Amino acid sequence: MDKAVSTDKLTKRFGDFVATNEITFDVAQGEIFGFLGANGAGKTTAIRMLCGLLKPTSGSATIAGFDVYRQTEQIKQVIGYMSQRFSLYEDLTVRENIRFYGGIYGLPKTELRRKADEIIQTLELGTVADKLVASLPLGWKQRLAFSVALVHDPRIVFLDEPTGGVDPITRRQFWDMIYEAANRGTTIFVTTHYMDEAEYCNRVSIMVDGRIKALDTPAAMKQAFGVDSMDGVFQILARGTSTK
Amino acid sequence: MMDAIQIEQVSKAFADTQAVSDVSLTIQAGELFGLIGPDGAGKTTLFKILVTLLRPDQGKAVVNGLDVVRDFRKLRPLIGYMPGRFSLYPDLSVEENLSFFATVFGTTIAANYELIRDIYGQLEPFKNRRAGALSGGMKQKLALCCALIHKPDVLFLDEPTTGVDAVSRKEFWEMLHRLNERGLTILVSTPYMDEAGQCDRIALMQTGRILAVDTPGGVENLFQKPLFAVKARDTYRLIQDLRAAPFTETCYAFGEYLHLTTRPSVTAGTIHGYLTGKQHEFVDIKPIKAGIEDSFMALMQDHG
Amino acid sequence: MNRFFAFVKKEFYHILRDRRTLLILFGLPFVQVLLFGFALTNEIKNARIAILDLDHSQHSRQIISRLLSSGYFRLEQQLDSYKAIEPAFRKGKVKMVVVFPARFTAAVAHDQRAQIQLLADASEQNTAISLTNYATNIIQSYSAELNPAGMNPPMQLDVQSRMVFNPELKGAFVFVPGVMAMVLLLVSALMTSVTIAREKETGTMEVLMVSPLTQIQILFGKVLPYLLLSFLNGCMIIVLGIHLLGIPLNGSLALLLAETLLFIFLALSIGILISTIADTQLVAMFASLLIMLMPTIFLSGFIFPVESMPKPLQIISNIIPAKYFIAIVKGIMIKGVGLQYLWKETLVLAGMSTLINAVSLRNLKTRLG
Repeated sequence: MDKAVSTDKLTKRFGDFVATNEITFDVAQGEIFGFLGANGAGKTTAIRMLCGLLKPTSGSATIAGFDVYRQTEQIKQVIGYMSQRFSLYEDLTVRENIRFYGGIYGLPKTELRRKADEIIQTLELGTVADKLVASLPLGWKQRLAFSVALVHDPRIVFLDEPTGGVDPITRRQFWDMIYEAANRGTTIFVTTHYMDEAEYCNRVSIMVDGRIKALDTPAAMKQAFGVDSMDGVFQILARGTSTK
Repeated sequence: MMDAIQIEQVSKAFADTQAVSDVSLTIQAGELFGLIGPDGAGKTTLFKILVTLLRPDQGKAVVNGLDVVRDFRKLRPLIGYMPGRFSLYPDLSVEENLSFFATVFGTTIAANYELIRDIYGQLEPFKNRRAGALSGGMKQKLALCCALIHKPDVLFLDEPTTGVDAVSRKEFWEMLHRLNERGLTILVSTPYMDEAGQCDRIALMQTGRILAVDTPGGVENLFQKPLFAVKARDTYRLIQDLRAAPFTETCYAFGEYLHLTTRPSVTAGTIHGYLTGKQHEFVDIKPIKAGIEDSFMALMQDHG
Repeated sequence: MNRFFAFVKKEFYHILRDRRTLLILFGLPFVQVLLFGFALTNEIKNARIAILDLDHSQHSRQIISRLLSSGYFRLEQQLDSYKAIEPAFRKGKVKMVVVFPARFTAAVAHDQRAQIQLLADASEQNTAISLTNYATNIIQSYSAELNPAGMNPPMQLDVQSRMVFNPELKGAFVFVPGVMAMVLLLVSALMTSVTIAREKETGTMEVLMVSPLTQIQILFGKVLPYLLLSFLNGCMIIVLGIHLLGIPLNGSLALLLAETLLFIFLALSIGILISTIADTQLVAMFASLLIMLMPTIFLSGFIFPVESMPKPLQIISNIIPAKYFIAIVKGIMIKGVGLQYLWKETLVLAGMSTLINAVSLRNLKTRLG
């Protein structure tokens, strides 16, 4: 079972509107997979189906071998999720946030304590471990949110525009963490509007109007379209459809 | 040429944070000027001071020859302002939103249609759709139309491209260029470094301060250290090894390549030799000219 | 002026397109009036009564049997002395006591005139009123039958009803004025403050502030539609109260409408005051509920009579606008009095409005901070 995500003609309709239209792709365990697309291309709908939050209209998909129709509870145990808004509790301390999220996934008490200490040490948050999250700089929150999404050692973690608005150095420090997690075997499924970040992915898919228009390594994609950046590829594929 | 915006030693603090500290800046009439920096750099606070919504604690700012504190009533009709979130009424249609803002500024859509024709033309097929049901890119265009409808002299756009996809962003910048060619002064802020090159001049901002003001080319030239783009098969291991290398100052991922800043007089050959010794395959090294993001990161580090 | 109308038009769009707002605006008063109205004027069946028959005559037995066969009353207890009345009420089972005095038959024979006493538990005011009305009707019809045609002077049975526990029937019709006060406060203050806070949340307030509109124009534009709608609401409640619940309108309708407008003006002022402080819809909502709705329900005399509150709460009730409005509406509708009796309350409401608007104006900012 080396596939973290596997979909076959996965489709979601809302009335007449087809949000995702027969998307078929695989993501290997430990891969960094970039999931790109214009606003409204159907990325969010697809991610919700993969996380077991939204029932597909047709097609099939498995996450770490679990079926998205019937095994949503098992899926929730093996995935982590981090959105742009971080989903940290601003009025809890760093340590309390870690313990809370660990607790949700049923980590035993000793394990919780160990995890909390480990994360605080790795992120060098020792001096602020008992301070409210609200008082942390944006970049720190972001890294904490990522660690919290990984607290139950998920097989795959979904990152929805995780780096919006942070400074370039923090953004790269964040990608360092992503690389580390992938290196430990966690599958990374990431969406972003920064096209340079698309280059950091092992493979990238580009969605346009509900369909996957291209799926390959960044290098192969650039070669296929004869451009020198992922931005170029994206502009070719998505242009003309963004105003719909 | 007349100065459209003059900012002199402006500071503004909220409770316990210094949002803007001692910023001075001059923007000429007809310029497309970019304020570049991450969230929390103070861009929005500076914007709110310039559009008369906030009073500076210290310093003074003049827009179109009018003081933003003393002459705010006279100034307000002369500026167009698009706040960070696209401030539209989600329950009103595209056309109702635009006509509302037109009337509020004492004009009509027809009177100034000329100015927004290009942009509004793309929205017209959807003019009866509620603004709340528009995609990010379309909301952005509608908000721009609303800010333009009274033919302002100076346009303030606070992060108009945040959260919008790369294609819509590019189209948006094309629109700004066309507006700018008609003589409109535009001050725009963005957290995307790659958009800096679209501006006549830029100011890099970080934690309430201005790190540098120059043309995009000028900002790139501020970067003085040797810079290489490096690529190899295993990117993750490459970062680790290069950061541990004795000649490295900084090493960051930049798209396909890593950008490596080194001590003076390090050559591509030195780096290649080091990496081959670490069993890296498909190594590709080339000296490159710094981009705006490289400069920004270097300036950030200089300012601690 | 054109700008201002555009503003008002936009505000109406907001209201008409939001189903929840519409529901609160027009559904709420309807439901409230019906709920309070019918909950309190329920049809009475088998109400438990006690009888103190000191006469033990044919008349008294006849009347008792008619009362009990009417279907409205059920005999719970036979009492043997006046002393037993109070304990019977205290136990709470008995809603009414019918008393035939010792010389009842003798009085009928000698004076052609006798008295029956009805004592009702007025802690449930509407029930008490209905019970005594039914009993009175039954007794009157009995006395009419006893009067052969042409008998002169006709025999008379006087029914004397007395309310216990709440002798003056304070707040008998208080619920309609109460609902009116509550709904008007809710619509005017809560909705205004929430809609202003919403503009702050979406960021549109910033754009409006930067426009040539002044802050006062913005506020007035936001408030005017709610003034009209609230007034419509007030009229609706009055009509419902009169036609559906049978509340009299003994005083001047014009005065009632004018006072309603004054109260709406006050409520809108409170809404604006809240909106000058609250930056989010949530804060606006909580502030409105906390400082207006709760005190209105509990301290205005709407549900609990002010007279039976502890002293400190009675003092606090003096600053609750609804208290004065309820007094005014009761005065006009039920007592039928005019401004000469209500000028004090009117003055208090006007004074409160002035004060609140003065504070709002001071809080009003042409900038964000």
